[in-house]
Amino acid sequence: MRGFLAVYLRELLIIWHRLPRMLLSFSVSPTLYLVAFGFGLGKNLTVGDRPYLEFLVPGVVAASSMMQGFGINVEINVARFYLRIFEEFQAAPISNWAYVLGEIFGGVTRAFLSTLVILAITALAGINLHFGPVFFLGVFLNAFVFASLGVTSAMLIRSHADQALVTNFIITPMVFLGGTFFPVEDLPAWARWPLKLLPLTHASHLIRSVAYGQAVPVFSLLVLMVLALAGLCLAYLSVDRARD
Amino acid sequence: MTAAVRVEGLVKHYGKISALSGISFEIAEGELFALLGPNGAGKTTTIRILTGLTRPTAGRAFFFGRDIFSSPLYARRLAGLVPQATNLDLELTVWENLLIHGLLFGMSRGRIRERAEELLRFAGLWERRGDRVRALSGGMRRRLLIIRALMHEPRILFLDEPTVGLDPHIRRRLWGLIKQIQARGTTILLTTHYIEEAEFLADRVAFLEQGRIVALDTPQNLMAALGEVAVDLVDDEGLSTRYFRTREEAEREAVKLSRAGKSVTIRRVNLEDAFLHFTGRRV
Repeated sequence: MRGFLAVYLRELLIIWHRLPRMLLSFSVSPTLYLVAFGFGLGKNLTVGDRPYLEFLVPGVVAASSMMQGFGINVEINVARFYLRIFEEFQAAPISNWAYVLGEIFGGVTRAFLSTLVILAITALAGINLHFGPVFFLGVFLNAFVFASLGVTSAMLIRSHADQALVTNFIITPMVFLGGTFFPVEDLPAWARWPLKLLPLTHASHLIRSVAYGQAVPVFSLLVLMVLALAGLCLAYLSVDRARD
Repeated sequence: MTAAVRVEGLVKHYGKISALSGISFEIAEGELFALLGPNGAGKTTTIRILTGLTRPTAGRAFFFGRDIFSSPLYARRLAGLVPQATNLDLELTVWENLLIHGLLFGMSRGRIRERAEELLRFAGLWERRGDRVRALSGGMRRRLLIIRALMHEPRILFLDEPTVGLDPHIRRRLWGLIKQIQARGTTILLTTHYIEEAEFLADRVAFLEQGRIVALDTPQNLMAALGEVAVDLVDDEGLSTRYFRTREEAEREAVKLSRAGKSVTIRRVNLEDAFLHFTGRRV
């Protein structure tokens, strides 16, 4: 337990020391998405019977919490290849679970901060959405899934450059295809089914449904729970791969 | 008495490259043992294996009689590591770096507070405890790195090239610190490629070359194998050295050589002579 606390506390202290800069940087891309697609492109658009902006905000929350959760991999890379702090963890009498969970919760914490920033920005725009416990559960599960994948990829890669490759091929396409900007349901079936395999599609579906005040999509919730568990196991298994 | 560290036939291959070709040694409790050798001799690999950072290809190792590969958490609790690269969290404060280390090693908050204060005062960093590590000089960072490894009171301390790249006066200050740590009963394994560092600090020295130990003894015995006094001779063929049991013998030879028009210097035999003798190359 102390091992988990040590790893997580380190991430919290890093966030704390960088907080103003970090909040500012969290606000940049969501603001751009909201301005460009919400106010600019989608001002007169509606999706279903709702203004496009109300469709967009939950999608941006899902995409942003995914990116910030996954972004823990950058911190781990810096700790591993630049600061070499990772060796402190490897030489410490802590279990791989303690390390993995500490880093995943570091990613989840970032994801929550970025979500709060987006909610603060959208509050100014006066949007009619519900932000209840299941909304935040969705953010949590989504961030957990991607933080665990972030930890896994950080353990498996051998350099910074490899990491950019993973982000470009997996994360960026998911932002655009995983239900952030347009409803996946409106696509033809051949395109819809592959996109339903993306974790982010389920996260944005869950987060959007509860933000609309609709019933909780239980299937998507279950998918995220299973993926979170699978991601955790993958991350756990990958830690020993980083020992040479 | 059970050795603090016992290593038996340690082998490490990286692909086809052999970093360690079966080394064995023992370190008694409270002893300061140095691994001396050129870059690439296998010093760091040895330390990385003993601290759990690298898995060995073959061989066994024991801390106080207990196998460290079958009890890795036991081994990590006993060991403190000062790595070659200064791996501190630059964005965190001095205090926070020690706090995280203490938690990693299962210390209570109260014990962390006590121990961190004691060590910060010991290393002359108490006044800087609230500063970010980024703001510290190289020498201060190195001292912090050493006391961080001491936070959890390790019984065996591994120092990997602790003074590499530091100014001579900072190096001497660290030597003092290392001697003090040993005086408190800690067993120390140190690697270095500075011969004078091993000569000054170590109770026993192992010369490591290309993954093998080529000689292992006290610095005095290693030097005594050559003699007491050395005569360096510079001529058309370069520098060569001859060794003698007594100063009188050396002086007689020196006089003879300088009469023959050669340039000679008389000095005490040092550990570098022994190293060159046993390995046939310079560090």
